[in-house]
Amino acid sequence: MWSTLPKLLRSLAFVALGALLAGAGTASAKEAVPTAADPVLEAKLWEIAVELRCLVCQNQTIADSNADLAVDLRNQVREMLRQGKSNREIIDYMTARYGDFVLYRPPVKGTTWLLWFGPAVFLLGGVTILFLVLRRRSKLAADAFEPDQPETPEEPEQAGQPAPGAR
Amino acid sequence: MKRWQFIVPLVLFVVLLGFLGVGLNLNPREVPSPLIGKPAPAFKLARLDDPAQQIGREDLLGKVWILNVWASWCVACREEHPILVDYAKRTGSVPIYGLNYKDQRDDALRWLARFGDPYKASIIDRDGKVGIDYGVYGVPETFVIDKQGQIRFKQIGPVTPEVLRDKIEPLLKKLQTENVVNPA
Repeated sequence: MWSTLPKLLRSLAFVALGALLAGAGTASAKEAVPTAADPVLEAKLWEIAVELRCLVCQNQTIADSNADLAVDLRNQVREMLRQGKSNREIIDYMTARYGDFVLYRPPVKGTTWLLWFGPAVFLLGGVTILFLVLRRRSKLAADAFEPDQPETPEEPEQAGQPAPGAR
Repeated sequence: MKRWQFIVPLVLFVVLLGFLGVGLNLNPREVPSPLIGKPAPAFKLARLDDPAQQIGREDLLGKVWILNVWASWCVACREEHPILVDYAKRTGSVPIYGLNYKDQRDDALRWLARFGDPYKASIIDRDGKVGIDYGVYGVPETFVIDKQGQIRFKQIGPVTPEVLRDKIEPLLKKLQTENVVNPA
């Protein structure tokens, strides 16, 4: 059917497809690179934006999200950077309003102790238990264990060439 | 020794179950506000009904008031709105001020005409700046502010009849009996 289309129509279709793809390309490029007058400021903005959680879509930073609130918060950060505020001041400004939850990296303090060190505690606990069990077992006599190999005679097929990777 | 091998994992398992159970019942969308017990952020915004007039935080010092963040584009606000209208009609002892958040004035006025106006006044937060100061992230949100101008309660999402009856109204009663010490 394609080959029966008039040549003009076919080239038109290609132009339309090309335009569509080009449009899609610029649309996604716009998301990644905002219209910026000052690239230095934008770089600093992005550095802070990846640290801040968007509270509407909670698993995204305000750098990733295009929710209204994320856009507003980015504008707020941009404005504060223009006023010469430091990163610390901007982060403090956000936590004063939205709480620690706004931080993608939670601060180390009393209430987040378990969050930060819990995994290490679990790992240490696991290693300790493993060590204790192995040490206890190493002191046992050999006849306390079941034999590794079944005591029945080997099966005929196992007597032949062992398959690669076979135990 | 044998008995401990049984009891220790069981206790750990029950503790884990407890954590998971609590976790399941938490709503991750309700982020506790750090503003509770802090002075309400200052603002000075135009009234929705008469933009020539402004209302600021200091105008409301000395009385208990409710700040309700709403918008005509906010679907959950419709769910909440009749409860506020009913509250305002029923008692009206505590004024509700509306913060019209990132809305168009015409839309907002039409919305109030259609669904009723429980507000003593609404103020216009066109660009959401005051919203950021109040840590607003999910409209509707409702704040209770005491005579000292401190935020005492925050509801994220619609006020339900239960929240109004069990949390907000008892708190309002208590706050109204408090004396102004030193309004800040």
